[in-house]
Amino acid sequence: MIRVATYLPLAVAAILAVVFFWALSGDRDPSRVPSPFIDKPAPALDLAALDGGPRLTKAAFAGRVSILNVFASWCLPCLAEHPFLMALAKDGKAQVFGLNYKDKPEDAKAWLAEHGNPFTRIGTDRNGRAGIEWGVYGVPETFLIGPDGRIRHKVVGPITNDQLKQLRRMIGDLGK
Amino acid sequence: MRNASLVLGLVLATALTLGAFIAPPPAALAVQPDEVLADPMLESRARALSKHLRCLVCQNQSIDDSDAGLARDLRVLVRERLKAGDSDEEVLAFLVARYGDFVLLKPPVKPTTWLLWFGPFAIFAVAGLGIWAASRRKRPATAPAAPLSAAEQEKLDALLAQDEHPPSRPPSDPPQRPAS
Repeated sequence: MIRVATYLPLAVAAILAVVFFWALSGDRDPSRVPSPFIDKPAPALDLAALDGGPRLTKAAFAGRVSILNVFASWCLPCLAEHPFLMALAKDGKAQVFGLNYKDKPEDAKAWLAEHGNPFTRIGTDRNGRAGIEWGVYGVPETFLIGPDGRIRHKVVGPITNDQLKQLRRMIGDLGK
Repeated sequence: MRNASLVLGLVLATALTLGAFIAPPPAALAVQPDEVLADPMLESRARALSKHLRCLVCQNQSIDDSDAGLARDLRVLVRERLKAGDSDEEVLAFLVARYGDFVLLKPPVKPTTWLLWFGPFAIFAVAGLGIWAASRRKRPATAPAAPLSAAEQEKLDALLAQDEHPPSRPPSDPPQRPAS
């Protein structure tokens, strides 16, 4: 008993060290809210198109791998990830849709004219309601949707190089 | 002695933990006049619900406290749903379906959160059991002392006798210096 008590603090410290190491290592970021939609059907979507064309609805995702990127002209990180979205659009393996979040249409159009438009269709979400419907809590966010209309992956914050690779891999797998 | 300090440590830890819950929350000023519902009953329900919903932008504030745009949107949404006749549970379920349990400031009790909810009590129970077991345990009995030999007994008796009758010395006698 005495011996156990002597080594107890050391044992507790060792266990804590393992827990802390696990919590601090890798890509763990507790401020990132995991989406409850992963592997679930995409939530409702029905938005007026930015260019006045056909509305952006869930029907647009049917049958093909799709990406839905939440962006805004006022969002600086969106600019940072913009080349990656252009690259994904250029790949042509997934349809890239935009959800223009709480933005003025003229600002969004000017921003796209300046930096390039990777989107096949863009829905405008002036009041952010569609964003709430999709569990968006910041811009940018990117959803990957399978041909079956289920959300397969969500990137919170700007797409990084590693995430671009992961998205491409997942798009390849879903497209099979 | 070791147990006493352990108990003290546990009591201090409990006091600190409880203190974190007892501390009063800061006054809420985020709710704007244009958001407030005309019906005071609905408004008080909305306020109560908002206090338990996390602002996902600032994350350690409720939407009732937060000035973030999304917090305002969610406050308005909560009020809209209450006006549409939703129960409190339906409003919470609506938001949990979109943002997950994380939107609730108080995590629900379910198997994945059992460790969170009951872990501290389990640790206290284990520690308490340990202290109880340690206090019950008798010190290992030492081997009975070997009886004194005749010579030792004689020496001891002599010493004890000396103690009972200390050699008398005149009270005024000053302390003796050792001879140099």
